[in-house]
Amino acid sequence: MAEKTMTITDETGVHARPATILVNKAGGFKSDIQLAYNGKSVNLKSIMGVMSLGIPQGAEITISAEGDDAEEAVNTIAETIKSEGLGE
Amino acid sequence: MSMINGIAASNGIAIAKAYHLAVPDLSFDKTTVANAEEEISRLDAALEISKKELEKIRENARVSLGDEHAEIFSAHLLVLADPELINPVKDNVRNNNINAEAALDETATMFIDMFRSMDNEYMKERAADIQDVTKRVMAHLLQVSFPDPALIDEEVIIIAEDLTPSDTAQLNKQFVKGFTTDIGGRTSHSAIMARSLEIPAVVGTKSITSSAANDVMIIVDGIEGTVIIDPTEDELATYRAKQEAFEQQKQEWAKLKNEPTITTDGVHVELVANIGTPEDVIGVQNNGGEGVGLYRTEFLYMGKSELPSEDEQFESYKAVLENMGDKPVVVRTLDIGGDKELSYLQLPKEMNPFLGYRAIRLCLERDDIFRVQLRALLRASVYGNLKIMFPMIATLEEFRQAKAILLEEKDKLVADGVSVSDSIEIGIMVEIPSTAVAAKQFAKEVDFFSVGTNDLIQYTMAADRMNERVSYLYQPYHPAILNLVHNVIEAAHAEGKWAGMCGEMAGDAIAIPLLLGLGLDEFSMSATSILPARTQITKLSKAEMQELSQEALTLSTADEVEQLVRQRTGQ
Repeated sequence: MAEKTMTITDETGVHARPATILVNKAGGFKSDIQLAYNGKSVNLKSIMGVMSLGIPQGAEITISAEGDDAEEAVNTIAETIKSEGLGE
Repeated sequence: MSMINGIAASNGIAIAKAYHLAVPDLSFDKTTVANAEEEISRLDAALEISKKELEKIRENARVSLGDEHAEIFSAHLLVLADPELINPVKDNVRNNNINAEAALDETATMFIDMFRSMDNEYMKERAADIQDVTKRVMAHLLQVSFPDPALIDEEVIIIAEDLTPSDTAQLNKQFVKGFTTDIGGRTSHSAIMARSLEIPAVVGTKSITSSAANDVMIIVDGIEGTVIIDPTEDELATYRAKQEAFEQQKQEWAKLKNEPTITTDGVHVELVANIGTPEDVIGVQNNGGEGVGLYRTEFLYMGKSELPSEDEQFESYKAVLENMGDKPVVVRTLDIGGDKELSYLQLPKEMNPFLGYRAIRLCLERDDIFRVQLRALLRASVYGNLKIMFPMIATLEEFRQAKAILLEEKDKLVADGVSVSDSIEIGIMVEIPSTAVAAKQFAKEVDFFSVGTNDLIQYTMAADRMNERVSYLYQPYHPAILNLVHNVIEAAHAEGKWAGMCGEMAGDAIAIPLLLGLGLDEFSMSATSILPARTQITKLSKAEMQELSQEALTLSTADEVEQLVRQRTGQ
């Protein structure tokens, strides 16, 4: 299992546009990928799951994955979050 | 025949058969199925066909409305493929042997309720997206035809309770001649779309869906805001003539779309538009606007549960500036209070809100709010030709204070390595009589004036423009108003500055000759008024209008002024 914790810096938090990008990225991996915030964990391949977390600016989030490509999945998602200016 | 009144949302006249874009009957019974796997294949088939349709809709939207409007359908497609939606539905079918309709409804309703109950307006709206998507899948499961405006192949006028984003994205202008709805206002989604598609529309009729049968002939008059159902031969003839006249006029206007506005004696004036959202820029371009004379930023703050962030504002300002290229964009800083409230600011109720805590008065005290907007504007300034305008300035101290805050934020950004334009003009709205009278003193410090006539008239005449009993005092042509405007323009020109106007008066056919004569440099109006105004101005001589306006300044009443203009300009 791979895991990474990050902080959301985008002022609007994780809204529809960034959520769409992350879910599309996650969909490209075989592993189960989870996104956790505030004690609640959702499937990162689910747009409604990600949006339902209502992640605001300053939130500490954890991405975790389990499966063959877990390591790569977590790294790619983390990279996407950085390159989209969503968090660090 | 019968006539229904609504809100004129997009001008022009359409005459065609009514086409009900009915909400399909999606009722179903919860049943037990013998073969769960067969049921799941049925669901998969419905999902697949919905996916193909949505991909097509997204493509159409991209072509007809642009990438930004198409983006919503990418999210719709993800909902359709969402494992948290689809897997529970399939598990439910497998474990309980229930039909796919019942299982889909159960899970979708759970999500819709969840999003609806969130205390964030933005999230609440997402419930409508989920509903839009699941309805389509449900229709395919039930094999009932889902309204598909893209399939229309004869000339019609669409009738609907309201139009969803996916409906409007599919409207084909070749066949859809106009539309009319029960609900909605001038700024609702469907109305904005109608204007960008340039098809006549009347919204908010309350009863059109129950009044007009399918296939009956109807007329949508998007100029007056009326719908005529089953017109008589005489009415048809009347409206065909009106339609013809409108088309001819539109053609005449269109010839001037890319032309400058020059009087018969060779004087150029600038015709620009008032806008409220970045989407309105399309209308400005379609109507030959030479810039934006008033960008009302209030809409960014309204209909929300919290203040818009700096980034959110930056994106909007940037979009407008980029789309307008090197043309000027005058942005008015937050003008809230008075008749425009923000629930989340919890402003105290006042006895005289128009004379109270609003606009720049509020911004100078709540500079935490003001600074966020100014930073967003400064950051966006490098993307176009930005001018910043402060509303409701009554004293020079207010202007100096607002300008100082702006320059402070600019210095901070520059120190942080953010690029900011060095040529941003800073001006004020002239809405308060004290400012109009003292324009000479202001002109030494501001870069420009823009006269906000709606407020200037109500403050000068001491008449609340919302109060019908005193509405007779709302007199734009009153010599007192003309003298104030004259004073502002003279003061600006004496200091080499420019003067504009951004109230209703700037697009008024009687006022235009007077304003031209008084020397107004910039006329800002609704986008659809620009071409008619250009047509009018290109037939006037500035020298003659100067004589006319000098005479008007000496008259005694608004009536006398109006008569003089009518007489001299043959209106």
